[in-house]
Amino acid sequence: MTLATDIALKPKDFATDQDVRWCPGCGDYAILAAVQRALAKQGIPPHQIATIAGIGCSSRFPYYMATYGFHTIHGRAPAVATGLKVARPDLQVWVATGDGDSLSIGGNHFIHLLRRNVDLKVLLFNNRIYGLTKGQYSPTSELGKKTKSSPQGSVDNPFLPMSLAVGAEGSFLARSIDVDAKTLADVLAAAGAHHGTALVEILQNCNIFNDGAWDHLSSKEFRADQTILLEHGKPMIFGANRDKGIRLNGLRPEVVKIGENGVTEADLWVHDAHDEDPTRAFLLSRMEYPLFPVPVGILRSVQRPVYDALVNAQVDEQKATRKANLQGLLNGRSTWVVG
Amino acid sequence: MTASATSAKPREVRDSVVIRFAGDSGDGIQLTGSQFSAASALAGNDTATFPDFPAEIRAPTGTLAGVSGFQLHFASRDILTPGDRADVLVVMNPAALAANLKWLKPNGILIANADSFQAKNLKMAGYGESPLEDGSLADYQLFQIDLSRLTNDALQGFGLSAKEVERCKNYFALGLVFWLFARNGEMVEDEIRRKFASKPVMMEANLKVFHAGWDYGENTELFALSYSVPAARDIAPGTYRSIAGNEATALGLVAAAHKAGLDLFYGSYPITPASDILHTFAGLKEYGVRTFQAEDEIAAICAAIGAAYGNQLAVTGTSGPGIALKSEAMGLAVMTELPLVIVNVQRGGPSTGLPTKTEQADLLQVLYGRNGESPMPVLAARSAGDAFDTAFEAARVAIKYRVPVVLLTDGAIANGAEPWRIPDVDSLPTIEPNLLDDAAKLDGGPLLPYLRDVETLARPWIKLGTPGLEHRIGGIEKWDKTGHISYDPQNHHNMVKLRQAKVDAIAAEIPPMHLEGAPEGDVLVLTWGSPYGAALTAVRELQAQGRAVTHANLRWLNPLPLDLGALLLKFRTVLVPEINNGQLVKVLRAAYALDIQQYNRISGQPLSVVELRDAILNVLPH
Repeated sequence: MTLATDIALKPKDFATDQDVRWCPGCGDYAILAAVQRALAKQGIPPHQIATIAGIGCSSRFPYYMATYGFHTIHGRAPAVATGLKVARPDLQVWVATGDGDSLSIGGNHFIHLLRRNVDLKVLLFNNRIYGLTKGQYSPTSELGKKTKSSPQGSVDNPFLPMSLAVGAEGSFLARSIDVDAKTLADVLAAAGAHHGTALVEILQNCNIFNDGAWDHLSSKEFRADQTILLEHGKPMIFGANRDKGIRLNGLRPEVVKIGENGVTEADLWVHDAHDEDPTRAFLLSRMEYPLFPVPVGILRSVQRPVYDALVNAQVDEQKATRKANLQGLLNGRSTWVVG
Repeated sequence: MTASATSAKPREVRDSVVIRFAGDSGDGIQLTGSQFSAASALAGNDTATFPDFPAEIRAPTGTLAGVSGFQLHFASRDILTPGDRADVLVVMNPAALAANLKWLKPNGILIANADSFQAKNLKMAGYGESPLEDGSLADYQLFQIDLSRLTNDALQGFGLSAKEVERCKNYFALGLVFWLFARNGEMVEDEIRRKFASKPVMMEANLKVFHAGWDYGENTELFALSYSVPAARDIAPGTYRSIAGNEATALGLVAAAHKAGLDLFYGSYPITPASDILHTFAGLKEYGVRTFQAEDEIAAICAAIGAAYGNQLAVTGTSGPGIALKSEAMGLAVMTELPLVIVNVQRGGPSTGLPTKTEQADLLQVLYGRNGESPMPVLAARSAGDAFDTAFEAARVAIKYRVPVVLLTDGAIANGAEPWRIPDVDSLPTIEPNLLDDAAKLDGGPLLPYLRDVETLARPWIKLGTPGLEHRIGGIEKWDKTGHISYDPQNHHNMVKLRQAKVDAIAAEIPPMHLEGAPEGDVLVLTWGSPYGAALTAVRELQAQGRAVTHANLRWLNPLPLDLGALLLKFRTVLVPEINNGQLVKVLRAAYALDIQQYNRISGQPLSVVELRDAILNVLPH
């Protein structure tokens, strides 16, 4: 098992000597700093951590982390990380990926990772664009988006990563915005502590090819009214004046004003992140701008069997109950002697 | 009662026999064949088998598409192939006869399940009149046996359904051929007791039917004599077992992991004909084997690469279509210089091709089928037993040189079984993984993940989790020594040359070519993979006739043995038989600029001794 150290770690203990090569102003800088802070706080030393990435701007992440690291190939980070985690359950393994990497070319690995519930921490940088290939629409780009590869507007219907993740049986699903340092720190800490696949979608700004894609959520001006911070066990309240809430009408969420039409806090949907039934997590994943405030924080956090632990438990059990005897194995069931 | 090897009837001694069982894929043909094969091996014969089954799991009963075959060659001498044509053909229905009669030698013994030769089955097999009645089988020794009726008679009083009775009839046939070739039935009886341990009635029923088949041979006047094939004498002393190529591949890799003191990780996606490797590994967890049945071929190899980074002996296995999907990740393993074994159990291609049939047409794919300059060592097993040694060698080289290595087998090797002299575990070489596992080993210097061993050019395999050895690797070009990202033009040139030199350097430890025959002469027959057995048999026949023919086989396809070029010049003609359109020939012509002859048949079937003898005669001076 990974052990926290007694020695106090600092964010710079997780920084490498490599020049960070993201574009000036990129949202990735804030995420990198937040992750380094979160890891220092968590207290697991760099040599007990591995950072695995696919391809894309976000996937440069391992080069800037003073942990063990592997910059793999496009879309395949979850698969490489799964093999590593099964082989080395003693390491804490983080995956850095993007909306193109995980939701397009690596979509298959992404869903199967969530289904298996491998103990990996996945940072999904969602900037709704292909940055490294210079600006084509991605699987999270909105319909009608004009890019270099969609001059008349994209006709490609996007999907919502969190809805996909609920359908893929994700056990820990959280969301933050790159510039929301407080929420990001909280969800990263919770992801680090979760046993199983912890998926953190980070709404990230690409200031070169998709600048302002999340401004309606990230700017101080709109954030309070257009996002809602989920807190386990608490009623869903949002708004600059904390006077709006979400009420469940059957299985249909609706925005209500507290104090109007007799609505009180007691009428609001109380967030239960540990609900085994994924139905409400799915409802949360569908809450989209502009009809709803977009949920940030932890949408779902449930415990269920963890793949790498199960694999290693079977190996340990067989080692304990069946004595390995290589010569006997080679001999097989029946032999005969010549000469 | 035990079916023993004694018989009151006269017995003719034969030197070797080829027997072929054929029936519906639901008739238990593979089981029947492998049990007869195991009993022959236990009786001291040399054996070689060739399962020939359809891609369909259960094609409609009685159709040509559903015919499953199993050919066994057993002999009182050293044999290398499952035999070109059969001395004995056992057919369970008309379709099996129609599909397999071409494999039966003239005057061969044909045992037919006469009950099944009814109008409906005859029509499905494309027969108008019954071939058992119309005289068309006059060139063979035809034995018509009412297998279904006799099985039913034997099981009176067991209270079994008609369907259950029908399922027992393969044991009647097996009992009969056990009598015919004087095989000891104890092993079959043990197997029946084990298999049906939880179904006592079926256990008794199958034992009864097996004995009834034996007694039928002994008592009916149909068979005037039986045959015996004495134990082989020219086989190397040792302890033997029967083994198929896929199992041998898995065991060779487990043995290598054991000798290296590493756990083994196997990432795989089910694919014919490689899946038995996954099945074998899945049952070996007590040896520290972890299997990962991935969501696809790409995930299978990528997970293996992750496990290699995590210091396990990492293996991925597949067939040709899977290699196509793994290609990009194979390049990643080349770039990151991690130990990895990639097993390709070749089958007929391109595309889905012939999943259950054999072919050797992936050689160029594994040598060259990747983007960029992506050199990779490639080894090929020549037979089922040889797959053990070749797999062990592939793992040893992967670990020593920190490279991905391809191990080629094929459908015929994977499923065909042969006697295998079991190695003594203590005699297998130790593999030194030589992990960099302590920052103190750096002697105060910087960690250089791409620093090279002077002899092997291998980079360090760094033990993950070690304080002070944190480092980053990836698919982008590396600075030599530091492993940092580099777009430097001269560095890329150097690294391309380095990766090539590292693979080329392995040639220094390839043993000299082993020759069967004189070191010079008229013809050198050069094989790789499964044509080895048929080619060597053909060469031996011609050598016995005084012809100046020599045989050699290549285990190493990249790099090629250092002495190969000079060897080729010692022969007037070099002939390369392959089950492809001439792939090794292209490699050799490019490497040595020589005019090399080729022989190719690409029918999904192994090459035969007869055709190779003819092919050699064609290039011999008249």
